[in-house]
Amino acid sequence: MINAFEKLSAVHRGGVLVLAILTAATIVIWLLKKVKPQSNLEELVNRIKSWWVMAAVFFGAISLSKNISLLFFGLLSFWALKEYVTILKTRRADHWALLLAFLAVPVQFYWIHIGWYGMFLIFIPVYMFLFLPILLMLAQEPSGYLESSAKIQWGLIAFVYGLSHLGYLLKLPELSGRVVSGQALLLFLVIITEMNDVFQYLWGKTIGTHKILPKISPKKTWEGFVGGVLTTTVFSLLVKFLTPFNTRQVMLVAFILAVAGFCGDVVMSAIKRDVGIKDFSAVIPGHGGMLDRVDSLCYTAPIFFHMVAYFYFQGIIPLF
Amino acid sequence: MLQKLFFLLFVKSFMAIFIGLRVYGKHNLPKTHPFIIVANHSSHLDTLSLLNIFPLKDLHRIQPVAAADYFNRNRFISFLTHKLFNILTIPRSGINKENNPVKLMKNALEEGKSLIIYPEGTRSLTGEIGRFRPGIAHLIKEIPGIKVVPVFLANMGRSLPKGEYLPIPFFCEIVIGEPLSLQGDKAAITQALENAVKELKHNYEKYYFQD
Repeated sequence: MINAFEKLSAVHRGGVLVLAILTAATIVIWLLKKVKPQSNLEELVNRIKSWWVMAAVFFGAISLSKNISLLFFGLLSFWALKEYVTILKTRRADHWALLLAFLAVPVQFYWIHIGWYGMFLIFIPVYMFLFLPILLMLAQEPSGYLESSAKIQWGLIAFVYGLSHLGYLLKLPELSGRVVSGQALLLFLVIITEMNDVFQYLWGKTIGTHKILPKISPKKTWEGFVGGVLTTTVFSLLVKFLTPFNTRQVMLVAFILAVAGFCGDVVMSAIKRDVGIKDFSAVIPGHGGMLDRVDSLCYTAPIFFHMVAYFYFQGIIPLF
Repeated sequence: MLQKLFFLLFVKSFMAIFIGLRVYGKHNLPKTHPFIIVANHSSHLDTLSLLNIFPLKDLHRIQPVAAADYFNRNRFISFLTHKLFNILTIPRSGINKENNPVKLMKNALEEGKSLIIYPEGTRSLTGEIGRFRPGIAHLIKEIPGIKVVPVFLANMGRSLPKGEYLPIPFFCEIVIGEPLSLQGDKAAITQALENAVKELKHNYEKYYFQD
């Protein structure tokens, strides 16, 4: 059986691993329910159920074809931006600037689709950054201008530029002499980011007592943070086969991603506190908001992409 | 036919993917027509999304009440809105016995058509709900026992405000309240309706935002 596992491609092995983790988690929760029927496991049961669905959707999206994967990440980006602007206080004068921000989503993913790396890198931080304030200025409503401009730019960078790096991972050229594909790197990034979220949650739930950022995210604890980061760092050895890294490198990368993922999570919490909503999930009841799921990816995706690009693809990705 | 096709091919997917429309309290809608939906008004999306919550086969039974001076301003717009949205146009000025709005609406209800009415009389520019006009109370007095359903529409005016032609994909939401049985004089009925919609808005905001 181990032999058969070795023969699978890296991505398929990743799929088998995720399947194994989900099955194990489901069995553990089932056992917990048997042993302690009086304890309230509703939240855990719901979480694992949605993990099954999300894993199925994600693997479906990335294994069908590159174009479908890009469409999927484009929709993810669109949906995240949509949740973000809905909770903001916007002005009537922001109409055209907001429209432009949404229009940037398909355009940014189009650059990925045609593999125009240079444009992918600068379209939002250069062109959108310069053009959006012009459009906003043309509305001739100076009161609140800077605030609107900053808020829209922030959303564009985090949810469109940041998340679009997931898509460009798929466009990375094959490395000669290595079996690792962009698809495998993408899988590594998503598994590490999401497992880190889970580890942080589990450590915090079980032994968490010392609050780490009480004014931003009252439920987050030092125990959850440290336990999560360490567990993620060790866990990365299990998914090392998805990457071109050696043992030391993979642990370092996982460590950086774990800290970055935590930061993405609490930065988004700060936004929620500022706006005064309890949860992005309030926007999409029952499912938990898309943003609550991808907040850490907004940080880990660009950081991981540029680490990999710098160390492995320097001079290999054609800029034009 | 044209209306059903338009909703099936365009409106349904537009509302699901672009707007991400959410509906709360759908069970509050009466099972049988006719009834009156009373909602706040801030956007052309109001009517589009309210019609969207009904099954295609019932669409012909629902008539949004609309201002004649606006929707009949040229033959193209008049034709399109009557065909696609099945609107009932009523005059806002120059009212006589023939074109009396209450009479027109009463006729529609008696034919078994349900009505969508925006008692503010115009689209709000600020997101605040304006004063309800008393015409709705005249109509309710004329047809005793008619079920009136208060509805609060959220974010429509942010998505497509008055004066804009391209919508922004804000999440929009429909909150349907319990049907009301209204008594008292016309002023009391108008006020009760206004309060009902404002209360739905209040509860909605309390649910989303902490103090």
